[in-house]
Amino acid sequence: MKRLLLWLPLAFFAAVLALVASGLIKPADRAIHSALIDKPLPEIDLPPLLADKPGIKGGFGGKPRLVNVFASWCLPCIAEAKQLMKLKEMGVEIDGVATADTTPAMQAFLAQNGDPYARIGDDRNRKVQFSLGSAGVPETFVIDGRGRIVMQHIGDVREEHLPELLAALEAAK
Amino acid sequence: MIAEAGLAALWMAAAFAVIQLALGVGAARGGSDDLMLALRRIALVQGVLAMLAFGLLVMLFVQSDMSVLLVATNSHSAKPLIYKIAGAWGNHEGSMLLWVTVLAMAGAGVALFERRLALKTLAATLGAQAFIGLGFYAFLAFASNPFVRLNPAAPEGQGLNPLLQDPGLAFHPPTLYFGYVGLSIAFSFAVGALIMRDVGPAFARAMRPWVLAAWIFLTIGITAGSYWAYYELGWGGWWFWDPVENASLMPWLAATALLHSVTVLATRDGLRAWTLMLALVAFAMSMIGTFLVRSGILVSVHAFAVDPTRGSFILALLGIYIGGALALFGARVGTVTQGSTFRIVSREGALVLNNLLLTVILGLVFIGTLYPLVAQAVGVQLSIGAPFFNKTIAPIALVLALATAVGPLLNWRRDVLDTLARKLLVPAALGGIGFAVFLALNPRAPVIALIGIGVAIFLGVASMLPLVRRKLRRTPLHIWGMVIAHVGVAVCIGGVSADVAYKTERLTAMAVGQKAAVGPFTVELVEVRPALGPNWSAVEARLKVTRGSSKPFEMFPQQRFFSAPPTNTSEAAITTVLDGQLYTVLGVGDAEGRWQLRLWWKPFITLIWLGGALIALGGLLALIGRVLRERRTADQESYA
Repeated sequence: MKRLLLWLPLAFFAAVLALVASGLIKPADRAIHSALIDKPLPEIDLPPLLADKPGIKGGFGGKPRLVNVFASWCLPCIAEAKQLMKLKEMGVEIDGVATADTTPAMQAFLAQNGDPYARIGDDRNRKVQFSLGSAGVPETFVIDGRGRIVMQHIGDVREEHLPELLAALEAAK
Repeated sequence: MIAEAGLAALWMAAAFAVIQLALGVGAARGGSDDLMLALRRIALVQGVLAMLAFGLLVMLFVQSDMSVLLVATNSHSAKPLIYKIAGAWGNHEGSMLLWVTVLAMAGAGVALFERRLALKTLAATLGAQAFIGLGFYAFLAFASNPFVRLNPAAPEGQGLNPLLQDPGLAFHPPTLYFGYVGLSIAFSFAVGALIMRDVGPAFARAMRPWVLAAWIFLTIGITAGSYWAYYELGWGGWWFWDPVENASLMPWLAATALLHSVTVLATRDGLRAWTLMLALVAFAMSMIGTFLVRSGILVSVHAFAVDPTRGSFILALLGIYIGGALALFGARVGTVTQGSTFRIVSREGALVLNNLLLTVILGLVFIGTLYPLVAQAVGVQLSIGAPFFNKTIAPIALVLALATAVGPLLNWRRDVLDTLARKLLVPAALGGIGFAVFLALNPRAPVIALIGIGVAIFLGVASMLPLVRRKLRRTPLHIWGMVIAHVGVAVCIGGVSADVAYKTERLTAMAVGQKAAVGPFTVELVEVRPALGPNWSAVEARLKVTRGSSKPFEMFPQQRFFSAPPTNTSEAAITTVLDGQLYTVLGVGDAEGRWQLRLWWKPFITLIWLGGALIALGGLLALIGRVLRERRTADQESYA
């Protein structure tokens, strides 16, 4: 028994070596895949940030919607505001998760860049952002009619991304 | 010509390694004194040749010789001299050459200074060191030759990654490599001892200074690397559990365990097999860490380009060296007789506990680092982040800190719990009071951090007890070393806990003239202006910082733009005050003239690196103390 034990380190090392060899043959896939695709949207219950706009509590299911994780202090969010406004004009309903934000800053932001949001939830401590598996702002999620996440777009939405988002919204009906 | 001379020096060093291996085998089988002398000299020449090769590579970088591929791809003629020099090891091939050079220097060091080890064991050790060197010379010559020419020569180099253009780079990798590769000596010692079946206190006493030296370099390297990442990356963190950081931590953990077990072997002739195992594991971890990460098999910010040829080559070398040594261990260690035994409540017992806890931490770091590979092998992609490491390791580290406090207070062989409890009464009371006070002051802080503060106080006070009732001026240097190193651990834990419990972060977009508060400070953005450096331009924010009624001071965080290669970096501005650091990072500006600013107030965070420095200082004192003592006893023996 004790003799066998002495060979244990070698056996362990052989296993590690085999593992590394497998890693060498199959190089790592470095793209980021969302772990939440095709999973139900985590429960969102966010109070309103602005007096004249509702917060986000349920209301998913039925018509597909976008959930946009954003912030007034985030500069790419300014860049994507124009595209979100276009989507709104096309009749897309967008919920905004305001990340670590304050009411006056948000008011200024919306006055400056337009307001494409149906609802804005106050995610001051970033709980919802994290539960969505979002690592930064902005990120945009497509939620289908059954309340499942069907797409995650990382980074600002640019003009060239619109067809892809619209297609996902169409397919999610 | 210089490149060719460098390559020639490399090949000659390899040839001398062949001779060293042959002579080592010969002398280990019972050669004459002449053979032994020749072996020592050959090892010395091998070291000098490797240093020559490396020196020539540095020269190529200094001259910006763009007809050398490595220089053209990693340097630029407009770089400041220090970064030209550092550029020699800021890339795969150069860093491998540095690695091999340190390996050869370590062998030369043993040949030159080692007088205590039994001659046959020394011969086997030098042979083993040459055998390791050979594999890596082959790797350099066949798979990553740093001296390849570029024809025609490039008109200008592509430059060095600006993140690496920092004084930290000049010292950080060499320091770490001295640590990593210095552990090769422990490895070769263990292999030599296994081959000659010579394991005992004399062997341990011979090995100890080498382990200590490598461990000091590792400690400094890790501490400095942590601070470098902290101020250079601009993320405000000081440890990211990145595979490369883990790669440096794992050998350190193993070496720390080895350092303590070798003391048991030297003093009490116990833990023979375990000490040998640790000596093998420590360097195995160095090799696995360096190569897994550098080869790009593990995804890391530190990885140089992925190259399957190099990866397979390295894997084969790891298989031969680590696999070979572990096989030797399995075959031979059964014949190493058991050393002396001891009770559980004893200095040895505490050191075994320390070893077990360090090993568990090592295992967790190892699993966490390699787990993405396991997942990938079964088709899942994931990465393991800081939460896993923090949650699993923090509690064990705190228990380890408790054991660290207890160990030095126990007697060798056997002790009584009652006296121990009496000795620990004061530190435990102080630690408990500390915990209670901080809990009362800030009940919402994470409880693990508050426990950390309590443990830090307990360990800090308990670590000084070995000095009580001693005549301080006659206390041996290595005791001072132990006390200072253990106090360093306490200081470090205190810093980490304070950072976890009390740091505050503020992310704002500010226009000139606006103010923001972070911690006890008010930060005003006074102006944003251009700034120029030797090979970069920058926008620089001038911040006026006030704290209460005291005199305001200014800080200047920058966004730097390097032209070769075109890159942006954030240069954080950090102000150190007595009770912590204010850390500011300038982000991008928007159309309305608002600038993103990230502000952190990090109370007592400097203790982390102060602790690291104390640990290294303790190691240095212990090393000096041990070497002096060895020398004195050697003198006495020769006079006797």
